[in-house]
Amino acid sequence: MSTLKLDLENYKELLKEYIRTKDEQALYQAEQFSKQSMQQKISPDEIINVHIQSLQEMYPEMPDYIQASLNFLLETMISYGVAYQEHQSLREKQLELKSEISVAANMQKTLLSTVKPEIDEIEIGALSVPAKQMNGDYHHFVYDDQGTLGIAVADVIGKGVPAALCMSMIKYAMDSFPEMRMDPSGILSSLNRVVERNVDSSMFVTMFYGSYDSRDHTFSYSSAGHEPGFYYHQDKDEFEEIDVPGLVLGVSAETSYTQYKKKVEKGDMIILLTDGVTECRQGDRFIEQEEVLSVIKSYAHLPAQEIVDQVYKYFERLQDFYLRDDFTLIVLRRNV
Amino acid sequence: MDFQSCVNIKKEWDIVGARQLGRDIARKIGFGTVDQARIATAISELARNIYLYAGTGKVCFEALEEIDHKGIAIVAIDNGPGIQEISQVMEDGFSTSGGLGAGLPGVKRLMDEFNIHSEEGKGTEIRVVKWLR
Repeated sequence: MSTLKLDLENYKELLKEYIRTKDEQALYQAEQFSKQSMQQKISPDEIINVHIQSLQEMYPEMPDYIQASLNFLLETMISYGVAYQEHQSLREKQLELKSEISVAANMQKTLLSTVKPEIDEIEIGALSVPAKQMNGDYHHFVYDDQGTLGIAVADVIGKGVPAALCMSMIKYAMDSFPEMRMDPSGILSSLNRVVERNVDSSMFVTMFYGSYDSRDHTFSYSSAGHEPGFYYHQDKDEFEEIDVPGLVLGVSAETSYTQYKKKVEKGDMIILLTDGVTECRQGDRFIEQEEVLSVIKSYAHLPAQEIVDQVYKYFERLQDFYLRDDFTLIVLRRNV
Repeated sequence: MDFQSCVNIKKEWDIVGARQLGRDIARKIGFGTVDQARIATAISELARNIYLYAGTGKVCFEALEEIDHKGIAIVAIDNGPGIQEISQVMEDGFSTSGGLGAGLPGVKRLMDEFNIHSEEGKGTEIRVVKWLR
């Protein structure tokens, strides 16, 4: 069975065998034959051709109308043969693209990588998982020697390669103005001008920028149309929405952003996310905000990194391990 | 060039005439049924392109006889608008006839050699060859 080839003799034998026995064994061999033919990229019209030739050899007295009808069948299969070959070459091209994208995704990972700072006062948990190979979400930490932790969370409206390209630009824009890194409203205003100038108007970027001062435990923040975060009060075991106004980046060059400040108590948490978290779906149903919060709450006793990991696992399971949107979740907790 | 025979393409019916003549020549050269069918399909595609995009033109056939092999050459010539982006029409999945025809990449697959010259505003000449094996 292993040396099947699409040669006339072989096909003729198989066909003869089947006509004689009409049993399943012969049909199984036909199946093997067709699989092997596909491996050798043999198109359907060639099989028909071999069939016609086999019949001619087996039944030289074949009636003329059968011969004619087979030729007719062959003619109708020619375009299928061409389509089959086209399919083969498109498949090869697709594999090529896939491997190119995975190289790009790796590059992006390196470009956008951020190190989670180890700080005694604040415990940090962070997780970002792309829906496709490339991530349109972005988060970044900076910790300076004055004890200030800067956190950026951003989301490009859109997914895949265009979103990822846009994100890389944002990252480099942010790297280019370090002197005002710790001032959330200033950072958003500057980024807004960069996005407005450089990004196609159909693409929007939302961003939340916060800076945590570990000396007096205050959290300053501004938002450019980003998904609201949450503040968790440990004493009351309650969440409070961090919803602040602000236009998405790139709409108008003149936009300014208001900065807010909040005192953070010991054991309290700040939760930042992208809409990939809040727009998780179970079947056709979007999950409610309460559900997100109750899931976070159920893991609130764990270390920050475990909270985000467990929340992700929960929603991954809920969505049958198929992410529709990039998923980014960050948890900060005041420890001391 | 001295062609054995040509078919003028003016109306859709002429596509059938071109197929018929091409198939007859292919049979005389010695091509089998499946290759005749492939050659006819390629002729259809070339003739239909002329009919749809250039309006008029012709498809010519030439029996090739070299020392070691025989074959058929088909040349489709029109004075139509020409093809702006040849690389685009040669791309898989980019079919100008609404995805129904095999398109030029299909013609290339059906034949052994494929040559295209096109000038915007002047016309297009496509020459394809299939060798007898």
